[in-house]
Order: sequence, then structure tokens, then C-alpha cells
Amino acid sequence: MKTLNILLSAYRALIRNKMRTLLTMLGMIIGVGAVIVMLAIGEGAQETIKESINSLGSNILILTPGSYNSSGVRMGAGTMSSITEDDLNAIEKECSAVKYITPQINASGQIIFGNMNWSSRTQGVKPEYLEIRQWKVEFGEMFTDSDVKAGSKVCVLGQTVVKNLFGEEGDPIDQTVRIRNKPFRVIGVLAKKGQNAEGTDQDDIIIAPYTTVLKRLTWMPFISSALISCISAEAIPEATNQISELLRVRHKIVSADADDFTIRNQADIATMRNQTNETMTILLACIAGVSLLVGGIGIMNIMLVSVTERTREIGIRMSVGAKSSDILTQFLIEAIVLSMLGGTLGIILGISGSKILTRALEWKTFITTSSVVISFSFSLAIGIFFGWYPARKAAMLDPIDALRYE
Amino acid sequence: MSDNNGKRKIIEISHVTKVYHLGDEVDVHALRGVSLDIHEGEFISIMGASGSGKSTFMNILGCLDKPTKGNYLLDGIDVSGLNRDELAVIRNKKLGFVFQGFNLLSRTSAIENTELPLFYCSISQKKRKSKAIQALERVGLGERMHHYPNQLSGGQQQRVAIARSLVNDPAIILADEPTGNLDSRTSVEVMGIFQELNETGITIVLVTHEHDIADFTKRHVIFKDGKIKSDKANTNIKIASEVLKTLPAIDEIEVEE
Repeated sequence: MKTLNILLSAYRALIRNKMRTLLTMLGMIIGVGAVIVMLAIGEGAQETIKESINSLGSNILILTPGSYNSSGVRMGAGTMSSITEDDLNAIEKECSAVKYITPQINASGQIIFGNMNWSSRTQGVKPEYLEIRQWKVEFGEMFTDSDVKAGSKVCVLGQTVVKNLFGEEGDPIDQTVRIRNKPFRVIGVLAKKGQNAEGTDQDDIIIAPYTTVLKRLTWMPFISSALISCISAEAIPEATNQISELLRVRHKIVSADADDFTIRNQADIATMRNQTNETMTILLACIAGVSLLVGGIGIMNIMLVSVTERTREIGIRMSVGAKSSDILTQFLIEAIVLSMLGGTLGIILGISGSKILTRALEWKTFITTSSVVISFSFSLAIGIFFGWYPARKAAMLDPIDALRYE
Repeated sequence: MSDNNGKRKIIEISHVTKVYHLGDEVDVHALRGVSLDIHEGEFISIMGASGSGKSTFMNILGCLDKPTKGNYLLDGIDVSGLNRDELAVIRNKKLGFVFQGFNLLSRTSAIENTELPLFYCSISQKKRKSKAIQALERVGLGERMHHYPNQLSGGQQQRVAIARSLVNDPAIILADEPTGNLDSRTSVEVMGIFQELNETGITIVLVTHEHDIADFTKRHVIFKDGKIKSDKANTNIKIASEVLKTLPAIDEIEVEE
């Protein structure tokens, strides 16, 4: 009952001075709003990075042969011819954490159509490539397993290649392009994918059955790299272990010797970029936090003025029987209500501000529950912290002096 | 006091002194040994020039201040040794205050002002409201319960203050120059209310420096230099309702509307 009365009188005191209450809260509103917007921008940036990493494909591992070592001169990754098609088949069959696997044979060279030509990357893959990269064919169709078996001279073009060979309007389906002077029939066009995390144009690509690429373009009998997708993000380490163990057994590598292959994980790049971004987010949130602190000092200032202004009221309340603790609670609750109200309005401002930013500047923003909870509890804590001193000052007044105060 | 025989003693003050320490060497003796008994149903005026110690005495009487030496029994409780919070409880339960400057909370309606003492004790909202209405009706303000102080005349504001002092059923009402800010007609009206309340058995102590006002009370205590100079019954008590009839009704319209 008593607490309710105190709450009620706090509410009345705040209502009495609407303009001042609003101005005091403004500091809080802006502070909390700023924290939420900053965190939302940070989260949004993180989300963007995640997406661009996901566009590589989900949960991807890259398997390459080890480096070729010729009298101490190491030739770099993929120079050894240690991985065979049988290895890949074995991985697909025996590693439970692996979902799809495709060889990835790179061959660069000039592509010619009519009087146009373009230099691009041709990748020899299996049809599963699309699943692994989470990619789609927009026009036409993807080659099939039987194309791979037969070594058909068909290909699927990326959008950048289409644009450069056929122009904006051209229809490449069923046309024949020449890759390194070998004719390939175009059977499909890939959907647009954009840049990857490193800024490479992912649409500047031609895919073809890997058997065809091996036979017609590279004339090499071994697999220079393979793309593997795992069943889930959590299964990446598991898949890495399984593949590594399997290949060591198949390649008869004794325990002390080094692998003759490398398994790389796309998540490594993601982690690094996320760290940079996190630092940025924390920095922004700290700056916003400073404004929250300033808002808190504003509350303390107004509460001190309020205590002086209402000295007589305090005297009256004491004369009719208010204890020190009653007065303390009253002023403390006023400060808390002030900061909580400011915090709530700040949350609304922050959320709508983030939405506006997304609309107007097309920045990706993402509001997490934790950012709302954190900034709200922070505003509450500031209310208590900065409300305490003025409230104590009020509670310690002498009733006689307070009553006489003019 | 012959007419108080058999009545309960509400206040027993014996040999109370109060010394204020101003700086290191300067001591001000505001009260130099005051003893006073007040019985139930009395209406006392305390008079004296400024500096006579009457304000200090009222502060001690009102449990706003503590005596340096001496004993103070209020309604059977020794309050001279109580701490700040215990005194607050005593003020809440046993005392009602009426001040010269009314001391109402601004922008707070008459009924909310009257309820104020009940905010600080455990009492249901319903009961609080009914007690406040009762108190306001007792001082003749039943019609203006939801008016704010700035919508009320001085006399009406003082009546709200009296209602506030009544609302917790105190053992005693302390009025510190309650007519100091009022014109003579309104002063008499307010004294009339005090007299009516006293008729119903409420004990009242009133501080004033006007003999005209003191004439409405039953007993005169005069302070001088921190001591009681004289303490005698008023043999010629003026009745406010009768005095009022002799006064011209010039302020009637202004006061009521």
C-alpha cells in the first residue's frame, strides 16, 4: 500500500512539470536510442558478413593436395597429384559428416563467341556443385551425372560471362562457345550471386563437367581441388577429422609423417572479419554509452534542483510523519521512473531509428533482444545511481529548516 | 487548573532546556527550564515576544526538535529519547500541525492534501478517502474537496490545513500562528473552527502574539526569555460565532466565491 502511494506521488511530481520531465528524459532517450541503433548497425554488419560468407556455400571445406617438394623447393598448395577420383568417391561413401563432394578443376582461358571474347575461369565440377554453393540455374538447365560420365562438351555460364559475350539482351542457351578453342554447348545460365567476401566477382565463371575439363582443357589426370559441404556447421570439425583419417589411411601415411593434402575451412575468414566488426560495434556502443551517462548526470542535476525546490514539501511531509526512508524512496523512485520512462522511449526511438536507417540508407540493421535488455537495465541502473545522492540529500533535511525554507 | 481535575494528562513537560551551539564559543539558551502540563480537552494559547523561546518550545512540543535536557511525556510516551524515525511515527500518530503559511502542497487538491498524513501509515485507500472527506466536512469544506490551493482563499486554505491536522485523530493539534496570514474576519472564522473542534474534545495548543486571538482560548501561557512568565486561565473567553456577528460582512463575496 505504502509503496503504491509513493509511486503515485512520484508520478504526480513528474506530471506536474511535464516540460522539465520531458527535457530531463531527453538525455536518457537519446542515450538509450543511440546505444540501440549502434548495436543494431553492428549486428546488421555482422549479418551482412555472414550472408556473404554463406554465399560461398554453406559449411564448406576445401580439400587440396599437399605441396610438391622438389629438392627442398616447395611448390605451394595443390601442386601434388595425391588426390584421385577414387579418394573423393571414398570420402562421399565413408565420411558420415560429409553431405556433398565435388572435384573443382580450374582452367582459365579465353572464351569466344562469334566476334566477342572474354577471359574467365572454367571450373570442372559435378552437378552437386550447385547444392554445395547453394546456387541455382536461372535459365536452361544444369548438366547431369550422365554428362559427367560421358564427358559431354556442355557448359553453364555465369551472368558476367553472359553479359560480356552475348550483351545484356542476348540468349546464350544452345549457342556454342569456344573455350580454349574447344567448342562447348551452353545449356544453362547461373543465377546472379554477386561478390564474395573478398570482393571477387562470383558470376565471372563457367562450369562444365569435370571429366570434360580434365580431358579437353587441362589434360591432367589428378584432382587439383575438391569442394566438400558438411551436414551442418557444427559438423565441420568432425568432417575434417573423418576426411583426414580416411585419406591418411588411403595414402598410407604413417603416424609421424605430414599429410599430403590440406583441408581448409571457409569459417576462418568469417571469424577474422567478424572480430574486426565486433571491435567496431563495441566502440560505437561505448560512444553511445557515454551519451547515456550524460543523460544520467542530467537526471541527477534535475533531481538536485527538484530537492531544493521542494524543500518545503519535504518539510511538510516530514511534519506529518514521513520518515527519512519514505522521503528517500520517494525521490529515488522519481529518478527511477524518470530514467525508466526515458529508457522505454529511447528503445522506441532506437528501434524506429534503425528502421529509418535501413529504409533511407539501405544499411542493414538488426535489433537483438539482448541490446534492448542491456540498454534498458543500464538506464535503470543509471537512474538508481544518479538518483541516490539527491534522494539522500532530501531525506537528511532537518524538518524545522525544511518547513522554514522560502 | 481546577477545571482539569480528573482529566487525563496529554502532555507532561518537566524542566526542559534547549541550548543551541552557534560556533565554538557561543551558546544560545532558548529554553531555560520549562515545565508545563496539558490535559485532555484544553485550548491553550502560548504567547511571547520573538526570542522568548515560544517557537523552540513549539518545535519540541511538536516532536520536530529534541530538548537538550528535561523530560517530555506525550500521551504517556517518553519522547525525549526517541530518534528521528521514531519521532516521525509519533508525529504521524499523535500530532496535528497547523502553520502560519498554511503549508499545503501546491497543485495538489484539498482532499489529497488532507490525506497526506495517512500516506505514511498503513491504511486502506478507501478508509483514507473517507477519513479525509470526514475531516474536510468537519471544517466546512465538503463542497471544495477537489479544489487546488490556488483556487481557495486564505481562510479556506487554512481550513484544509486544519482538516489535514485532524485526519489522523491526533492527541493534540499544534497551531503555529494560524491566523498570522489572514485578515481579521477570516481569523475569527478560523478561531471559530478551533473552538468548535475544542468543543468536541480535541486538545489544541496555539502560538500567537495577538491578544485578540488568544482571547478565544481557555488558558494563556506567556513566555519570556526562555521561561514561562505567567500561566493562567482565561476568565473572559470570547465566542467566535458571536464576535463574527458584530463584524461587517465585507469580505463575504470574495471569500466564498
